[in-house]
Amino acid sequence: MSKEDISRRQFLNYTLTGVGGFMAAGVLMPMVRFAIDPVLAKEANQDMVAVTEVAKIGDEPKRFNFKIKQKDGWYESEVTLSAWVYKNGKGEINALSPVCKHLGCTIDWNTDPGHPNQFYCPCHGGRYTKDGTNVKGTPPLAPLDVYESKVKDGKLYLGKAKPRKGA
Amino acid sequence: MLQKVYDWVDERLDITPLWRDVADHEVPEHVNPAHHFSAFVYCFGGLTFFITVIQILSGMFLAMYYAPDIVNAWESVYYLQNQVAFGVIVRGMHHWGASLVIVMMFLHTLRVFFQGAYKKPRELNWVVGVLIFGVMLGLGFTGYLLPWDMKAVFATKVGIQIAETIPVIGPIAKTFLSSGEIIGAQTLTRFFAIHVFFLPAALLALMGAHFIMIRKQGISGPL
Ligand code: FES
Repeated sequence: MSKEDISRRQFLNYTLTGVGGFMAAGVLMPMVRFAIDPVLAKEANQDMVAVTEVAKIGDEPKRFNFKIKQKDGWYESEVTLSAWVYKNGKGEINALSPVCKHLGCTIDWNTDPGHPNQFYCPCHGGRYTKDGTNVKGTPPLAPLDVYESKVKDGKLYLGKAKPRKGA
Repeated sequence: MLQKVYDWVDERLDITPLWRDVADHEVPEHVNPAHHFSAFVYCFGGLTFFITVIQILSGMFLAMYYAPDIVNAWESVYYLQNQVAFGVIVRGMHHWGASLVIVMMFLHTLRVFFQGAYKKPRELNWVVGVLIFGVMLGLGFTGYLLPWDMKAVFATKVGIQIAETIPVIGPIAKTFLSSGEIIGAQTLTRFFAIHVFFLPAALLALMGAHFIMIRKQGISGPL
């Protein structure tokens, strides 16, 4: 490398940009990390809560409400969730989330006279069959989420609603 | 790459003169600490500006988590400081910077005063500087209440009662500042609005005037 390769002006430019960049990064790095903290935070886990007695669950989807403790930053509260629960042909309990997979409206069972025995979303006419599978040709692109569930002492416990793959 | 983008824009909009006009000017020898170390006193104004920039940035980020409401204010500050990554640092910057900016501004004022730099033709810039001083103290006063802890509330009570002692308009000033009889919910929202909207807007306008006048008149000559 000969002496002419870098001029005094260039050298100063590089050093000043470097030092300035270092200082700016030192100021901005904590602030940016602070701002994106929710993105990097890990998902809060949620306890399973008792929802209903198993005896009350029939073949027809029925809406059950249950309360969970929610922590939203500094604000802690109890929120009410609901689940569509029924026993399928094999006697297994199915607990579906009422949140439409299109854009998040709340679905209802059997409220569209044109399509009986389906879940129906009033917002854009999304429909799902009884097992939660989205009906082709309606807006939703995925089946309804299913709650993690377990049965203990004759009671149904539900946890988080988990998405599943499909149609 | 960057050079090409710059050239592309420059070819169309001729932006070079814009920044040249701001950046291209000689630093006189008597204000350059590399020539006379004692010239570091000329840095205080720039340092005040530098800390002000940090205050504005850290304040914008703090506002992402802060809730200006008597029920949630303290909790949200506690949360952002202890639960959010780098919360201690971002709030620390704003907290310590608030004091430091006033120290720097004071040193800058002393320099200008003892060098007589405020004399003709720079009297107007001194006036604007004093207004900036007032705005900064206002920012300090209103910001102090926002964490809504004991110290904040009682300091504000004291401050508002000092305002009450102003002759004639004192009682009105008190009611205006506390937004009613009680120092409470409405005082907090009012102080928040003043702290994040009104005073920063005034500060930016005044600082703009301050800098334009410096560029017009140049730095005062050597003693
Ligand atoms: S949100 Fe349910 S169909 Fe659009």
